[in-house]
Amino acid sequence: MRLIVNGEAESLEVATLTELLSRLDYEGDWLATAVNGELVHREERAIFALTEGDRIEILSPMQGG
Amino acid sequence: MVSLYGTEIASRLLLGTARYPSPAILEEAVRRSATGIVTVSLRREMAGVKKDGDRNRGGAFFEMIRALGVRVLPNTAGCHSVEEAVLTAKMAREVFSTDWIKLEVIGHHDSLQPDVFALVEAARILIAEGFQVFPYTTEDLVVGEKLLAAGCKVLMPWCAPIGSAMGPVNPAALRAYRAAFPEVPLIVDAGIGRPSHATAVMELGYDAVLLNTAVSGAGDPAAMAEAFGQAIAAGRMAYLADPLSPRDMAVPSTPVIGKAVFDLPPDLPASTGRAVA
Repeated sequence: MRLIVNGEAESLEVATLTELLSRLDYEGDWLATAVNGELVHREERAIFALTEGDRIEILSPMQGG
Repeated sequence: MVSLYGTEIASRLLLGTARYPSPAILEEAVRRSATGIVTVSLRREMAGVKKDGDRNRGGAFFEMIRALGVRVLPNTAGCHSVEEAVLTAKMAREVFSTDWIKLEVIGHHDSLQPDVFALVEAARILIAEGFQVFPYTTEDLVVGEKLLAAGCKVLMPWCAPIGSAMGPVNPAALRAYRAAFPEVPLIVDAGIGRPSHATAVMELGYDAVLLNTAVSGAGDPAAMAEAFGQAIAAGRMAYLADPLSPRDMAVPSTPVIGKAVFDLPPDLPASTGRAVA
């Protein structure tokens, strides 16, 4: 399945957002996720089914003004 | 104390966390400024980031901020549309567990001037979703009114473009803004370069100042942070002490009543004095 993860094309066989995070070695309770422009809460990731062409954003804290 | 969305904050300085020479210097700057609120942001995280891995910059930063014991004000920096800003705000709430959001919707690449139309729209959407919005805006009174009508309880006008360090370029407009919204907490956000700039806007009656580059870009950021803390406190104290208004003519500061009148002859130079026989 082709996915766009943080702007990069990926080809992965994963069913859910949690599986995607695990496969790409994302860890931490400071991550926020969105799929196709909609927030996916952390407690929803395990049941959020990904489909072909989904655009996933994975953000974390950074310095800001 | 200043009350922001019902939260009492002792320091009137809100400090940004970007562009410091090192995390240790940021930490020291926060401590010496005595700020109670720091601004933070979000960025794309890299794949392969383990909790304890070397590449875990987001997590390390997050832990450092948590350890500082200050309130966090996440921002939507770099967003150029309503949709982008709203989604970023929601993701920030997920990460930082706060309804506070510094709402930035940039409308112009060079000046980083806010798109105030998109700003009002984004504020309306976020407030309906339970956010407490701190809008980065211009000193335009009508936009201020629309932000309040949208549900904002705080307004954050710029005093000059972000990062410009110019200080208050339009003091008359800032004065008018203060007068137009006497009951609303007003925070000058962006454009401050020196502690004297911060003092100047505090003397106008602003409730607080938000700045970043003026501290992080200084030769000694921690010392500058402390200087800003003192300057802002001084400006607040001066405002409460009711400063004088400028006058066109001189007014002697030394009382003239009781001054000696020497009544010297007009043709006798004062320095000559009386001749002694």
